[in-house]
Amino acid sequence: MSVTREEVAKIASLARIRMGDAELDRMVPELNGILAWVEQLGEVDTSAVEPMTAVIPNTLRLRDDVVDAIPETAGGRRDDVLANAPAAEHGFFGVPKVIE
Amino acid sequence: MTELTNLGVKAIRDGVAGGDFTAREVAEAFNTAVAEAAELNAFIVTTPDHALAAADAVDAKRARGEALGAMGGVPIGMKDLFATRGVQTSAASHILEGFKPEYESTVSQNLWDAGAGMLGKLNLDQFAMGSSNETSYFGNVVSPWRKAGGANTDMSPGGSSGGSSSAVAARIAPAATGTDTGGSIRQPAAFTGICGIKPTYGRCSRWGVVAFASSLDQAGPMARSVEDCAIMLEAMAGFDPKDATSLDMPVPDWEAALSADLKGKKIGIPKEYRMDGTDEEILKSWEQGKEWLRDAGAEIVDVSLPHTKYALPAYYIVAPAEASSNLARYDGVRYGLRDLPDGAGLQDMYAATRAAGFGDEVKRRILIGTYVLSAGFYDAYYTQAQKIRTLVAQDFANAFGQCDAILAPTTPTASFPLNSLNEDPLTMYLNDVFAVPASLAGLPAMSVPAMLNSDGLPLGLQVVGKPFDEQGVLDVGLAIQQRAEFEAKPEKWW
Repeated sequence: MSVTREEVAKIASLARIRMGDAELDRMVPELNGILAWVEQLGEVDTSAVEPMTAVIPNTLRLRDDVVDAIPETAGGRRDDVLANAPAAEHGFFGVPKVIE
Repeated sequence: MTELTNLGVKAIRDGVAGGDFTAREVAEAFNTAVAEAAELNAFIVTTPDHALAAADAVDAKRARGEALGAMGGVPIGMKDLFATRGVQTSAASHILEGFKPEYESTVSQNLWDAGAGMLGKLNLDQFAMGSSNETSYFGNVVSPWRKAGGANTDMSPGGSSGGSSSAVAARIAPAATGTDTGGSIRQPAAFTGICGIKPTYGRCSRWGVVAFASSLDQAGPMARSVEDCAIMLEAMAGFDPKDATSLDMPVPDWEAALSADLKGKKIGIPKEYRMDGTDEEILKSWEQGKEWLRDAGAEIVDVSLPHTKYALPAYYIVAPAEASSNLARYDGVRYGLRDLPDGAGLQDMYAATRAAGFGDEVKRRILIGTYVLSAGFYDAYYTQAQKIRTLVAQDFANAFGQCDAILAPTTPTASFPLNSLNEDPLTMYLNDVFAVPASLAGLPAMSVPAMLNSDGLPLGLQVVGKPFDEQGVLDVGLAIQQRAEFEAKPEKWW
C-alpha cells in the first residue's frame, strides 16, 4: 500500500500537525518508503497467533481505596499542574475562544 | 594524585567511603571536565550546583559516620528524558524547551536517594527517536572517538542516548542514565566503547520519563564497566506504584552476585543474526566473543530465532503507533511551546504548535503511527505487527529452552560520520536490527565493548537474557569484559 499526497495531508491534519507544500512533498516518498518496507510483514502467516498485549506477564494491580494515597499523583496540586502552562489564568488553562 | 575523572562508579563510591578523596573533589573534577567539553555538545543544560550539593551531603554524612548509599558521591549525567524538578526537561525538543517539571522521575529520585549527584541533562535524539543523535533540537552530539587517520571527521555517538554515551566515553561523567526503546542504550554504548544494560521491561519505573513507546521504553545505566552498570542498575530499579507496568519484585543484589564463571552455562548463537550487510569485522568480533565465553566455561550452542527479520519492521509500526498516541499530549495548552497565530482557533493552535515544536523525524513517526492506527488500516498494520511481536517473543522463549543467554553483535556496523546516513530514514533504522528483537520481547540485554576495528572505532557485543535474569546477562558481560580487556579510550581533542 502507498499513500498519496492528499492522504498524507489528511493524516497530518488528523495528527494536528500543520504541513506546508514543501514538507508534504518531502514526506510522501519517505512515508511510502517506510510503508513499502513494512509490507513484508504480510508474508508471515499469523492466522493462529494472538497479538501481544503485555510484553512481560504482569497483573494489573488495584490500589488501596484511599483518597490521595500517593502525594505526587494526588489532587490538590493545581498550582503545580498549571506551573508550566503557556497561558494559565484564574487557576485554569487558557485557550483561544472555542465557542462562538 | 589519581585523575578523578578516570574513575568509574565503584572506584568513586569506594574511594569516597574510604576517605581517599571527598565527594566534593570528585564533583568539582567532573564539573570542570563537563565545562571543558562543550564541543561534544553532550549536555543540554549543566547543573554543577546539583552535583556539588549532592557531594556535600555525602561528605557530611561521612563525617557523621552514616552510610553513604550505593552511589554515594558519584556524580552522573541524566538523559534529558527524565523529569527533574526545577531543571529543564526537554526531550531534546523545541516543544518542551523551557519545561521545568514540578516533580522528579522515580528513577532519578532513586539515584539521588542512593547518594548520586547530577552533572547535567544529557542531549539525545528528539523524544528518543533516532540512532545517531542527529535529531536533537539542540544540535548533534559528537562522539569523542575519531577514526584513525579520519581527518577529524565528527563521528556519531549513536542514539538515542548519544549524550550519555559521548559523556561516559569522554570521561566527563563516570556514568549516565539511558533509555532503550529499540536499542537506544545498547547501540550508543557499542559505538563509544562503553557498557550499557536495558533491564527486563518493568524493572525501572517509567514514571516521570518522557514517553515514546510505552510498551517498549525501559531505563538503564551506561557506564564503563559491567560492575558499574550492576551498581547503578540496582540503584535505579525497583517497584513503583506510580507505574502500572512496574514489576512488583525485589531488586536482587546484582553487584554482590557477579560471577564471570560460566561453567555449566549454555550460550546461544542465533543463526539469523548473520545478515547480509553485516560488517566483516563485526562478525569477527562475534567469533571472538564465542571463544571468550568458551574460555569462561560456557558451552556454545546454535539457536534459531526465525522471525528476526520481521522484528524491525514490526517495531516501526508498534513504536510509531504508540508515539503518535503518547505525543498527542503536546498541544500548547498544558506545558511547553504554544504557537498561536493571529486569529487562530483551538485546532489551528494545536496544528501550529506541533508544526513548530516537533522535528522532522518526530513528525514522520507521528504520521506513520497515525496512519497505521487509522480506521481501515489498523488490522493490516498494527494488529499484524503485534502478532509478529508475539512470534518474536516466542522465538526467544523457545531458544531459552536450549540456552541460558544469547550472544550477538550489538550493531551491524561501527559508528559512522555525522550527516552520512540521513538521506533515507530506512538506512538509519537498520542500525538497530540486532537490538530491536530483545526490546520487542521485553528482555534484559546488554552491550559490552569487545575491541577496536581497523579504523580504531569500538565494536560491542550484545548479551540477551531471560526475563528477570539481569544477573545472567551481567555475568556473561563480565566474562567478556575480563577477556576483552578493553582499555582503549578516545584521544582528547575537545
